[in-house]
Amino acid sequence: MHVPDGFLDASTSIATGAVAAGAVGLALQRSDREVREAGAPLTGLTAAFVFAAQMVNFPVGAGTSGHLIGGALALVLVGPWTALLCLTAVLLVQGLLFADGGLTALGTNVVLMGVVPVLVGSLVLRALLAVLPRRPRSVVPAAAAAAAVSVPVAALAFTGLYAVGGTVDVPIASLAAAMVGWHVLIGAGEALITGAVVGAVVATRPDLVHAARHLRADLVLVDADGRRAPAPAAGAADAAPAPARRPLAVGLAVTAVVAGLVSLAASASPDGLTAVSTALGFDAGARESLAAASPLAGYGVRGVPSALLSGGLAGLLGVAVTVAVGAGTALASRAVGRARRGTRA
Amino acid sequence: MSAPPVLLSAPARGGARSRPDTDGLLVPRDSPVHRLPAQCKVVALVATALVAVAVPPGRWAAFTALALLLALVVVVARLPVLLVVRRLVVEVPFAVFALLLPFVAGGERTSVLGVEVSAPGLLGAGTLMARATLGVAAAVVLASTTGARDLLGGLARLHLPTALLSVLAFMVRYAAVVADDLRRVRIAREARGGAATRLRHLGGVAAGVGSVFVRTYERGERVHQAMLARGHRPGTPLVVGTPARPLSWLAAAALPAAGLVAVLVLA
Repeated sequence: MHVPDGFLDASTSIATGAVAAGAVGLALQRSDREVREAGAPLTGLTAAFVFAAQMVNFPVGAGTSGHLIGGALALVLVGPWTALLCLTAVLLVQGLLFADGGLTALGTNVVLMGVVPVLVGSLVLRALLAVLPRRPRSVVPAAAAAAAVSVPVAALAFTGLYAVGGTVDVPIASLAAAMVGWHVLIGAGEALITGAVVGAVVATRPDLVHAARHLRADLVLVDADGRRAPAPAAGAADAAPAPARRPLAVGLAVTAVVAGLVSLAASASPDGLTAVSTALGFDAGARESLAAASPLAGYGVRGVPSALLSGGLAGLLGVAVTVAVGAGTALASRAVGRARRGTRA
Repeated sequence: MSAPPVLLSAPARGGARSRPDTDGLLVPRDSPVHRLPAQCKVVALVATALVAVAVPPGRWAAFTALALLLALVVVVARLPVLLVVRRLVVEVPFAVFALLLPFVAGGERTSVLGVEVSAPGLLGAGTLMARATLGVAAAVVLASTTGARDLLGGLARLHLPTALLSVLAFMVRYAAVVADDLRRVRIAREARGGAATRLRHLGGVAAGVGSVFVRTYERGERVHQAMLARGHRPGTPLVVGTPARPLSWLAAAALPAAGLVAVLVLA
């Protein structure tokens, strides 16, 4: 699903690039403690693991083999922030060295294969872990569900980006149907593989699975008189990091402003190059074929008359959707956490 | 596992895809392109990809000019043409999508070889293929002329965050090691139980991959401990590049600048 160069128009690519940069910046900030404690080698090796595991053939039935995409797996094994860093590293190396995914579409790819799967996956994972029995094995079905949901949602996000900034006019409804239908299948395979791998790790080293750390049973101390006293398992205390509300809000605001302004600037002039060629008088007839070829590539939201306005709007819209999903996840997870603390108290 | 990942670190282990004269993805040659500092190459090739993306649809002369310029760079870099072409194969899955476009896109219809297709779809598919091929070619030139270590140094000079760079450095260093671990696990499994072909074998494959994750995690902890024991302080940059001279920047800028001029004249 790596998006190549020239697939989405400039303003959309720039807006997704800004969103990706903001998200990665936030991940660097939030995973700083983890990276400081465990060290950069751990994160780097996990990235190497995701990269290498993507090349393993898994038998998924009917004589076919599937490949791991790895977003949900990384999320479950090392937590959302570190997972986003790992996936970004993988995509950077794939884009720069393997020509897999365009250099100008790097931001789009980080959003589609990093930010969206991690966000959606976290939401599903937390929701399921809140209702499943409190034991490490519960992570296995939760991980499978996170994988199964995040893949088609990422496909849907791709369709959304294409609707806003696709360069060829394709009926969006049928594109969405085809993408989601196909990716439901891929998601099923991803769910099988993710569940199986997480199951294998949980069976041997549940302490290494980030999502299962707070699920380990409390130790029970029995003294000489037979009195039983529960002792919380290590790692349970630091499962929920203190919320860093202000940096989060500031980061999101900056991302929104940058994405909106930058895509505004990018779209205010029709196309960087077209503008230059117009200014220099090169564009004899270019404008006409541009408009005819891509009625949808009109730099943003259809039905909004001003190109300037609609381009900026498209960028802001993208940020707004991402922010809404992110805020929803944060709120939901906080509510779940509060409910759980309430039941345990 | 598919073909053994020919990767980033020095000795590519005798895989079918590795050739005696390549070092991972790098094709060691003594050429002006190889000698350019990595940061100049990264900026120049991203700029070239940007120029390719900015060409209006259907301006085939401009696309051809860009392709010729990139071909010139391949010749100057003394890269084997066949190898470059083989590495372009990365885009095949995407080409399938592009091939479908003329059939699903809307707009007026036109007839090609007796088949009704969408005219804008046809134009769009051609444009997409041209832009994507140029982008892939730019990335292939970068990867074939720049070692992974130099590339990281270049990214450091371009002010990528230190933490992300450290992660990238360890990933590049250990990708081949982890891939080799996975290969050994597969060989051990196949030697004992045969190739995994059915769904019921999934558990076995997953157990192997899971055990490699545990091993990788523990390796990460060991490496970190070893670094601390040798006096490493967390937060110290692991990757530092070498500064580039203005002349290198000028030389690197030649490609996107020439591309821009060609496109402005031809588009």
